[in-house]
Amino acid sequence: MNAPATRRARSSSTAVRRPGDILFNGASLGSAVLILLILAGVAFFLVMEAVPALTAPAEEISGGEGFFAYVWPLVFGTVVASVIAMLLGTPVAIGIALFVSHYAPRRLGNGIGFVIDLLAAVPSVVFGMWGMAVFAPRLGPLYEWLSQNLGWIPIFGDASATGRTLMTASIVLAVMILPIITSVSREVFLQTPRLHEEAALALGATKWEMIRTAVLPFGMPGVIGGTMLGLGRALGETMAVAIILAPGVFSWNFIGAGNATIPAEIALNFPEAAGLRLSELIAAGLVLFVITLAVNLFARWIVDRRAEFSGAN
Amino acid sequence: MSKRIDVKDLDIYYGDFHAVKGVSMTIEPRSVTAFIGPSGCGKSTFLRTLNRMHEVIPGARVEGEVLIDGQNLYGKGVDPVDVRRQVGMVFQRPNPFPTMSIKENVLAGVRLNARRISSSAADELTERALRGANLWNEVKDRLDKPGSGLSGGQQQRLCIARAIAIQPEVILMDEPCSALDPISTLAIEDLINDLKSDYTVVIVTHNMQQAARVSDKTGFFNLKATGQPGQLVEFDTTQTIFNNPSQKATEDYISGRFG
Repeated sequence: MNAPATRRARSSSTAVRRPGDILFNGASLGSAVLILLILAGVAFFLVMEAVPALTAPAEEISGGEGFFAYVWPLVFGTVVASVIAMLLGTPVAIGIALFVSHYAPRRLGNGIGFVIDLLAAVPSVVFGMWGMAVFAPRLGPLYEWLSQNLGWIPIFGDASATGRTLMTASIVLAVMILPIITSVSREVFLQTPRLHEEAALALGATKWEMIRTAVLPFGMPGVIGGTMLGLGRALGETMAVAIILAPGVFSWNFIGAGNATIPAEIALNFPEAAGLRLSELIAAGLVLFVITLAVNLFARWIVDRRAEFSGAN
Repeated sequence: MSKRIDVKDLDIYYGDFHAVKGVSMTIEPRSVTAFIGPSGCGKSTFLRTLNRMHEVIPGARVEGEVLIDGQNLYGKGVDPVDVRRQVGMVFQRPNPFPTMSIKENVLAGVRLNARRISSSAADELTERALRGANLWNEVKDRLDKPGSGLSGGQQQRLCIARAIAIQPEVILMDEPCSALDPISTLAIEDLINDLKSDYTVVIVTHNMQQAARVSDKTGFFNLKATGQPGQLVEFDTTQTIFNNPSQKATEDYISGRFG
């Protein structure tokens, strides 16, 4: 009767390597390595192709004042449009997510959630055409009003008659990033432990106070994550911006003509570009890559800073 | 700071399901009242009607009256938010807010509704509530650390500190020790004994010895059959319930013949 004893001895000395485990282990390791290789490959390509533009004499670059002078207005336009989109989109997205998760009756909530997810499926070129043909002309009068009444703020300068401005692009971007922020936020809000919600209610919290004490702090890392996904989409959005924004030189006036973004600049010029011009555009792409990376690291840092209080411990 | 609770003919429903039927009892101030009974007999459900936490569940409703010092909790125009400020609650599993420090947890109830308190008053209240929950000496050096970093028993005492910081009249405890080890359980039971001098304490427990140790009065809940509403079978002094119950079902349950 020493069979159980030997079995135990064997399992404790050498773990059995089952084929399923080996296969799955290899497959997941392979996927992880693959994604790193792809990212490294993209970064390598960008750097190699960008080197000519980065090292070329200043007068050979478009604008004649070097690569930095060429790229910074584009960086400015990209970042401003994305940040405005994020500032406009996030509060609305959080509002919708809270309504769906905590206020609406279940059926209505599910319906709205479905519609929001559909919004995410609309191609960006459709948003672009809608923004240019329908939205921009209607914003014209608003810009006129802003220009006349708040003209002392630099960003509300002379209004564009067509409405095809950085502000219009930002608003359309806000609509485009709404679904992703909403669905991520809704998911984390729904995950709030019932115990924490009841803890707040039992202390005499009203519904809004319960949301403020239990739901929002619990969901904050997720909301930040969703916002960064949205910001990433806004930074990289090409088609909608290329269609809406009539590109121009740098201007503080966000409701008039002027400004451009990196993705739109690349998309509009890439087909005819060659030689150094091509390298310029790729270098601009490299800059965008670095910005996106920085945004994600920043978001990670914000989330990690409060990790101790996340409730995961 | 402690009040009498009168329950009159209380019926509790979840939608169409009749969960608890015809409960009447009087809970004396400055005493510990325990509810015992098998799972699903409605004792937790009943406890939650005493601070209107019951109605947080969709479809739940109540018929009958719960009077706290003569005021009906279910009267017209009574705001459940006000009720819950008077009747605090401690849950089955410790639930400190994970995003808050120990101190913020204690002050969470006080900070609600935009009530402002000075920082010296906040410090004082934190110390008083934590001392009241026998936790002060263990956490006084790490008030700014997260509450979720404490042990289970400490977390539960933190939840008790959070409940007493808003100075309720009554404290309800829904199986407060069921997730705790024996040492932590003992600490909570000692604390319940201390709380009795200031508050009316009502506790639901699965542990009959616990009911015998901590309570002055005990109510035994039972259901006749599955699907039937739970009922209050017997309500008397703990002494009587455990030594000389008048109902056969109570005696069977106490002596371990079922449940």
